[in-house]
Amino acid sequence: MGRYFSLSATSLLLASGTAGAQSSTQSVLEPAGAEAQQTAVLFWVMLSGGAVIWLGVVGLLLHAALVNRRRLAEKSASSIILWGGVVFPSVTLCALLVYALWLMPGLRPFAQASAAALRIEVTGRQFWWEVVYHPAQGPPVASANEIRLPVGEWVELTLKSADVIHSFWIPPLGGKMDMIPGRTNRLSIMATKPGIYRGPCAEYCGTSHALMAFSAVAMAPEAFRSWLAAQAIPAKSAGASGGALFLRHGCGSCHFVAGTDARGLIGPDLSHVGSRATVAAGILPNTEDAVTRFIARPDLIKPGSSMPAFDMLPPDDIRAIAAWLRGLQ
Amino acid sequence: MRLVPKQIETLWTLFTAPVVWAAHFLVCYIGAAIYCAKPELVGLGFSAVRAGIAAATVIALSLIALSAWLAWRQWGFGTDDPPHDDPTRRDRTLFQGFATLLLSGLSFIAVIFTAMPALFVTECIR
Repeated sequence: MGRYFSLSATSLLLASGTAGAQSSTQSVLEPAGAEAQQTAVLFWVMLSGGAVIWLGVVGLLLHAALVNRRRLAEKSASSIILWGGVVFPSVTLCALLVYALWLMPGLRPFAQASAAALRIEVTGRQFWWEVVYHPAQGPPVASANEIRLPVGEWVELTLKSADVIHSFWIPPLGGKMDMIPGRTNRLSIMATKPGIYRGPCAEYCGTSHALMAFSAVAMAPEAFRSWLAAQAIPAKSAGASGGALFLRHGCGSCHFVAGTDARGLIGPDLSHVGSRATVAAGILPNTEDAVTRFIARPDLIKPGSSMPAFDMLPPDDIRAIAAWLRGLQ
Repeated sequence: MRLVPKQIETLWTLFTAPVVWAAHFLVCYIGAAIYCAKPELVGLGFSAVRAGIAAATVIALSLIALSAWLAWRQWGFGTDDPPHDDPTRRDRTLFQGFATLLLSGLSFIAVIFTAMPALFVTECIR
């Protein structure tokens, strides 16, 4: 119970701290997914149970200290200890444990009879998220730092890490799952309400751990399918000069942009970066200014990130690249 | 040969029930972990793991019940009320019996709590 309480307190703090960057929720107390709903109910049941017991104990204490200060006979004192100190806690703990265990198979539908129609592979990297959609039909679709999922459908997440241990967590949708180097973890989630939710990295992974997040966008299934189909086609951005500068200054050796000669796989896939709600893994609003600032001095915005500073480029070039990237819808 | 051991005075009887609890815990957790890591090693379904945990639980609870009965006997079947704090051999024996009985109760509940997930969990994590 202590764990749930501290988690929700932390997520409330984080949600208020990042509200400026992105108006999305990150609270386990506002569930929008099947698993999170059950976890929230479990939290309230545990909290209510704890509150009732606490009130009972404090009430007895006050009764003994203020109302009835008489010494109890040894026999009745023993029976209070037996019933209040042994039988009651054992039965109550047993009931709460049975309830929590009974929820377990539903909380983590590990091996559903029918495979999920959509599998999303997410790889944690210092300090961003590589995302590849594997729909039942059609080719895989690469993206980064944003996960979209259809409302009302189970989605299977394949979780990996390329460097250190990260942890994948979308608090309003479900519980968290570690991403461990050399290991593949699986998580099934189902969003029940459309919306944009913030997912933080939930395991300390280095200098910019706190600056590693993503947005999870739960969409109507039809809208999701047409979005995914559009993602499979290279975006066309106006401002071709920005695209040429992007290639000339070597950005393509680390970043992939579909339909261009940028074929790098070290940094985030930027094929449709203009359509994402945030940039720099959930910490900056997706505006031309923010992208410009990030290209010039990523080390100031995200200390410890692998991307070098490009402030030696002419400012106009940086701005043209940022405008072109924004146009990759 | 006697069915029930003769009453012996040693501190080790105190630890019988917690040791059974620890052994049961290890059998359940290590057994499930090995099965889920290498199911082909056993070649049976997950129901075999649950049956194994059930058997281990019955054995553990029986041993703890036996330990509790021996402790109850050492405590003189409750003829004398605690505290047994006189510096006499009799009080030392009664105290140890009572403490062992309480530990047996704790271990009994703990073994049940340890085994309870097997009632609800029906498969390994894929």
